[in-house]
Amino acid sequence: MEESSIVKYYLRKIIIAGLVILAVLWVITPFVISILYAFASKTDYYSPNILIPLHYTLEHIQKLLDLGATRAIINSVIVAVITIIISFALGLPAGYAFAKFVFRGKDTLKLLIIGLRMFPILVIAVPLVTLYIKLGLNDSLLGVALAHTAMALPFVIIISSSIFAGVPKELEEAAMIFGLDRKGAFFRITMPLALPGLTAAAIFTFIMSWNEVFIASVLTLTNRTLPAFILTSAMAAPDFIKFAAGFIMIFPAMVFVFIARKYLITMWGITLK
Amino acid sequence: MMEKYLPYILIAPSLAYLLFFIGYPLAQGLYLAFTENGAFSLENIEYLLNSPFSKFWEALTDTFLLVLVIIPIQVAIALGLAMLFNMKFWGRNTALYLVILPLTISDVAAGLIWYSMLSTNGFFNKLLMNIGLIKEPIYFFGYEYRPMEFLAIVLTEVWRATAIVFVILFAGLQMISQDHIEAAEVFGANVWQRLRYIVFPMLKPSLQAALIIRTLFAFQIFGVVWVLAGRDIPVLAGEAYYEQVQLRHTGVAAIYALIIAAISVTIGYIYIKLFRAQYLEEGG
Repeated sequence: MEESSIVKYYLRKIIIAGLVILAVLWVITPFVISILYAFASKTDYYSPNILIPLHYTLEHIQKLLDLGATRAIINSVIVAVITIIISFALGLPAGYAFAKFVFRGKDTLKLLIIGLRMFPILVIAVPLVTLYIKLGLNDSLLGVALAHTAMALPFVIIISSSIFAGVPKELEEAAMIFGLDRKGAFFRITMPLALPGLTAAAIFTFIMSWNEVFIASVLTLTNRTLPAFILTSAMAAPDFIKFAAGFIMIFPAMVFVFIARKYLITMWGITLK
Repeated sequence: MMEKYLPYILIAPSLAYLLFFIGYPLAQGLYLAFTENGAFSLENIEYLLNSPFSKFWEALTDTFLLVLVIIPIQVAIALGLAMLFNMKFWGRNTALYLVILPLTISDVAAGLIWYSMLSTNGFFNKLLMNIGLIKEPIYFFGYEYRPMEFLAIVLTEVWRATAIVFVILFAGLQMISQDHIEAAEVFGANVWQRLRYIVFPMLKPSLQAALIIRTLFAFQIFGVVWVLAGRDIPVLAGEAYYEQVQLRHTGVAAIYALIIAAISVTIGYIYIKLFRAQYLEEGG
């Protein structure tokens, strides 16, 4: 009896370990392979017998950058930064209001914001072209950033509201008793405490904009962001250029997420509720 | 007195921005779809439905087909993974971090990553040939291999977006108090009964949230399909992109946009109705 339960215990452990390894391999293998192939020499890639490349080169990345990826990367960063600035300038006050005030219509408004978050934002791109031509915003990075802000804003409101709600009300009240007004309490107490969470939220906003392809492709012609550039230019290129493109796209996202990994689960958990 | 209006003042700019950037394009989209040189016209609809250049019906069926195939697989895998990771084991946090990595990957990048796996000189073909399972490479890409392209899209989407479902379900599982499960154990409930009567009912809100989010996003599928199959497998968003960017048929592209919006709103409405009704029946 004793022995069989010990066997059962270890069997269970082995099965769990096996399943976990399987899941991790399923996710990791394509990452590793695509990164290796992005740096593999041409002959290694086209040789049918070489499974894991042996010779590596920066040639493909260099070629992609020369083709126009450098400009596209700069464009993507500019769009993402403008998106963060506008969506935080608009979204943080709203998030603060939802976190710290009780007012009529609060639930309805919050539901409306969540509903707008669900809206398939890519559908605004085509009609926006007409408006942007009138305003002189067509093919401009600001135009893309304004559309990306519409995509990121509900996220920023919801996430910042939950971050602000996590700052104890007592601290603000104490500050106000000691002579700070609401504004002072916000900037000297609430903001510093909320900063780590908000930084993570900014990183997520960056990635959201960095990854977005449909709106950026429709709204730009010459000022391509990176995904738009890859979708239009790199697709006709040879395979190893495509792998280089994949690598350039995933690299910053992976670095940023590594920095913000502590917040990863909570953030997605909150925003996707 | 000021305090009373403060929250509204704080929220108003965001709300105005969102309503403008969603409301205006919708109205403009309707105008673009149904006018020609300023006068009412059904020309765009006519083109959409009947032109030999339009792939509307294919796009509609293929989009629905992809959603119907992808979503159940994602939910099943995510549910299994969530229960697996809900157990305690060595290295759990690292494994968790690795498993949710695809969350950060764009659809375009995911398509390129899986292209490196499945292309003729890709890892998958080389692996199978080197261990001697196949003599000729398996072709995944090209118009004549459309079923394989479909398969490649499904694989990529399952790889990329299962993580989102997993995270929501995992967060939901973590919130279920261990006390409930232990109490059931004390009263002699077996594994299946514990799942059936405690875990699943308490997980339902998370499952619903995950389903709504994934279904809505699945109908917007674009990047993965465009990278892996181009227009071999037309989808709604892909056709909108093609009509707008390649053909400059803004009116037709606008109709596609409106159709995607309409599908999303309908799906959202159906889900809410469905789940509400269930809540009422169960008295919770």
